Amino acid sequence: MATTQTRPIRVLVAKPGLDGHDRGAKVIARALRDAGMEVIYTGIRQTPEMIVGAAVQEDVDAILMSILSGAHMALFPKVMELLRQNGVDDVLVAAGGILPDEDLAEIQKIGIKGCFGPGTSMDEIIKFVRENIQADRLTVDSEE
Amino acid sequence: MQNIVERVLQGDRRALARMITLIENEIPQARRYLSELHLHSGNAHIIGITGSPGAGKSTLVTHMVRELRQRGKKVGVVAIDPSSPFSGGAILGDRIRMMELAGDPNVFIRSMASRGSLGGLSASTRDVVRAMDAAGYDPILIETVGTGQAEVEVMRTAQTVFVVCAPGLGDDIQAIKAGILEIADVFVVTKADKPESNQTAAELSMLLSLAPHKRELSWKIPIVKVSALKNQGIGEVVDETERHYRYLLESGMLATRAQRQVRSEVQNLILQSVMNSLKSQVSDEEWLQFANEINQRERDPYRVASELEQRIGLKH
Repeated sequence: MATTQTRPIRVLVAKPGLDGHDRGAKVIARALRDAGMEVIYTGIRQTPEMIVGAAVQEDVDAILMSILSGAHMALFPKVMELLRQNGVDDVLVAAGGILPDEDLAEIQKIGIKGCFGPGTSMDEIIKFVRENIQADRLTVDSEE
Repeated sequence: MQNIVERVLQGDRRALARMITLIENEIPQARRYLSELHLHSGNAHIIGITGSPGAGKSTLVTHMVRELRQRGKKVGVVAIDPSSPFSGGAILGDRIRMMELAGDPNVFIRSMASRGSLGGLSASTRDVVRAMDAAGYDPILIETVGTGQAEVEVMRTAQTVFVVCAPGLGDDIQAIKAGILEIADVFVVTKADKPESNQTAAELSMLLSLAPHKRELSWKIPIVKVSALKNQGIGEVVDETERHYRYLLESGMLATRAQRQVRSEVQNLILQSVMNSLKSQVSDEEWLQFANEINQRERDPYRVASELEQRIGLKH
């Protein structure tokens, strides 16, 4: 029995690593809320284990990570690896913050679909989330 | 693929997470799954934690979970935050204080948006608790939306209700004395490192002594002071939780409460069906037409209601 019912998009906004600058993450959380999404905001200084643990329990449609410290090439692959180990293969992952151009190809290669630097408009991020989450997650139907 | 209900019962955390999504969104299969899960539930002690915004509910929950884990428990948490009445979106921030628990395989935390429910819970909170119960979590803590005076819905879902009071808000006692004071099984005064907390505890104690009739004669409502900052009182809170559960079992009150809860639960399910029928059988345009006709005094709300009751089969 398939249904066409849709539901609010659930997004995890997380700050991996040690930098404590979360104004950007909060602005994005707020914008997603105003776009009708349910945003799970986890606060600063998250380990990859915490982020993936939260993503599994909350059954989110997307994970947005904000990082300004420069540790992204250490932390992002760890997050992606843990997601894989937990069998999470249907969640959109995107990143924002200070991500140097020369790292972008590698970030995309490990499965992070979008990278958003300073100056990105909120509308662009909202549109990106709406268009890139797996549509069949929202029209929830039987798993049998 | 193995049946999702079986996977939940076997303790598969991803299956439980997905089940909660299905329940929360009231998809047609959810009721069938819940019927199956119901058979395996009823083992968990369900604890509701309520109080005004900023009182310290999330912090209390975090410390309680840590203590319960030390006592070897497998703990479920449902944390509810409000949905925006304008966009329908929500920021669910209860996890901020709970992140140290995120990696523990014996703790399952789920944030929920209230989605328009006004009682301090969301409409499907009880069903989500049922799924966690069936998956073997015990106890299960429900953290309500930050409440005002009248959000007492948690008493219809939880077996033990904690009302959390922060000191230093002179009006706080005033604010809780009508509705919320009455539903507490345990009072927790937070931020006990502040000297004002003594006064808060004393005022609560006085209010309790003024109560003309005790709701349940053999249970004296304790007032526990806690400080997350100094790590004080948490053991006592968990002791009181366990003592209250024993009291409920020994006094027969657990069954009495369950009887009341079943009634409101079934009533709610029926109400929900009625609302769904209305939603599917009356279009927005038609509602607009009704509104215009009623405002022009061509019709009245009572006759429109009768007409719709007939249409969805409530009246013949």
